[in-house]
Amino acid sequence: MAVGHKQPRAARAARGTPEPAARSRRRRHGRAGWAPVAFIGPFGVLFAAFFLLPIGYAIYESLLKVHVSGLGLGPNSTATAFAGLSNYAQVFSDSAFWSGVGRVLLFGVVQIPVMLVFATVLALLLDSATVRFRRFFRLAFFLPYGIPGVIAAILWSFLYLPSLSPVVAALHGAGLGTVNFLGVHAVLWSIANIVTWEYTGYNMLIIYAGLQAIPADLYDAGRLDGASEWKLATRIKLPLVASSLVLTAIFSIIGTLQLFSEPQVLRAITGSISSSFTPNLFSYTQAFVANNPDYAAAIAVVLAIGTFILSFGFLKLVQRRWAGT
Amino acid sequence: MAATAPAAPVRASRGGILATALLFVCAAYFLLPAWWLVVSSTKGPSALYSSEGFWFSQLHLVSNLTGLFRYDDGIYWRWLVNTLLYAGLGALCATLLASAAGYALAKYEFRGRQLIFSVILGGVLVPGTALALPLYLLLSKVSLTNTYWSVFLPSIVSPFGVYLARVYAAASIPDDLIEAGRIDGASEGRIFWTVAVRIMSPALVTMFLFQFVAIWNNFFLPLVMLSNTRLYPVTLGLYTWNNEYGQAPQLVSYVIIGSLISVIPLVIAFLSLQRFWRSGLAAGSITL
Repeated sequence: MAVGHKQPRAARAARGTPEPAARSRRRRHGRAGWAPVAFIGPFGVLFAAFFLLPIGYAIYESLLKVHVSGLGLGPNSTATAFAGLSNYAQVFSDSAFWSGVGRVLLFGVVQIPVMLVFATVLALLLDSATVRFRRFFRLAFFLPYGIPGVIAAILWSFLYLPSLSPVVAALHGAGLGTVNFLGVHAVLWSIANIVTWEYTGYNMLIIYAGLQAIPADLYDAGRLDGASEWKLATRIKLPLVASSLVLTAIFSIIGTLQLFSEPQVLRAITGSISSSFTPNLFSYTQAFVANNPDYAAAIAVVLAIGTFILSFGFLKLVQRRWAGT
Repeated sequence: MAATAPAAPVRASRGGILATALLFVCAAYFLLPAWWLVVSSTKGPSALYSSEGFWFSQLHLVSNLTGLFRYDDGIYWRWLVNTLLYAGLGALCATLLASAAGYALAKYEFRGRQLIFSVILGGVLVPGTALALPLYLLLSKVSLTNTYWSVFLPSIVSPFGVYLARVYAAASIPDDLIEAGRIDGASEGRIFWTVAVRIMSPALVTMFLFQFVAIWNNFFLPLVMLSNTRLYPVTLGLYTWNNEYGQAPQLVSYVIIGSLISVIPLVIAFLSLQRFWRSGLAAGSITL
């Protein structure tokens, strides 16, 4: 994880990143005795219990399978047995799983760039010298992030509901007919809108923080050279906040693959969202509705590994790109 | 932040006016849904469906409020208190645990240090929803599901917090200060509490905020763990009402005003603590 090292040294120093020179002065192990154990211990125990153990257990569980004999009614009619990778084989050949994966990938390919471009434009506009009411705008854009995902989804579900929604009414009044936000094809993008609404301001703030950390002399130098605001933005600002953009992109990828609350909430008002709409929803339904925890565990493991590969792969890709230029 | 803003003179140029106008349009997108929530909270059940959505009609705010707080023996109160416990107390514990671990990882040399840090960092990338299901299966073996602990304990583990604490401690706590404390005869724990925590306090606020939001936003964990409505956080409670209003139409009003009430303190806290977000996020992204 060394994206920062790919940046110009001057920019790093200017942003207050310490040079790793102080390292040599650190004391040797042994002086402090058991202190590090005492400091890390409480976190370590909980981390092991609530992170490592469940991961291990999910993998173990995913290798089991319940066999039902007869009608599955008697006390001894079900037996759990080691099943090797058969749950995984089933996951990989399950069209319901893949349609969910395809849906979140499509969602991510469209929603993440739209949101990040939106956030970057807002951050650049707020950072430019000529814009007024900055404080108000920053607060306005950031406000949705203060609303938890479930409540945001509930709120937007009202705005999508034809009987309640002033938006549907306004569009109708504008002569666009009755727009159905909850139809089979539209509902994915209605969810994308909820996610964009919630997280654009947050991402904007990350990028804005990066912009604000750029020393003003850099702009002055650019202006003296006759660079326009547009040139300043694309040639100086954007490259310097690239690491912030990578961070926001990775968080967005992780979030998108885990998509759950928004579709789960919207299911209350529309039949367009199936129980396998997203991989997470599928896993949840398998565990708690279909009573099939082994299979659900296999889905969760595949999803976690897929998430890891995608976010890590993205990071590596970006690093190589930067190293090449 | 004014100090670091570009020092060019502010001209009311055409570009500036255009940009400001564009920002106003964007602000409307972000604010209008919240505005709808405020307006709708004041409406009676019939006006909710019949009046213009973005404007007031028939003030029913008081009856909505009393209805909300009385419904089902005032369970909404419990949800608020539960949320405060899970997210507030949980984030506090998470911050303490993570800051101690991050401090030790930054300031002590010991064998396996890098390995431990790598494992914890890997934890940042593990999605919470992937953990919730196996965690449920594990906790049900020890009969801990459907208890406060089943939501609270997993919530106080914050690998991202450890990461932030380590980065911040490494950058901001001078080794000489720790050494000086040792020469004065202070114990390692005392040095942590009196020196490290004080220097790290801006980072601690950021960590607290991050974890608070993470817990408050974590819908999957309580959904999986809890079946007793009296243990619900407010998000799960409102979600349940939202699913039930087909049977009980008055719940629509309660979901709306309940959503509003539950987010007001949070939104205020968020907006006023914005600078901690920025500083924390900047630190996190620079050193990624």
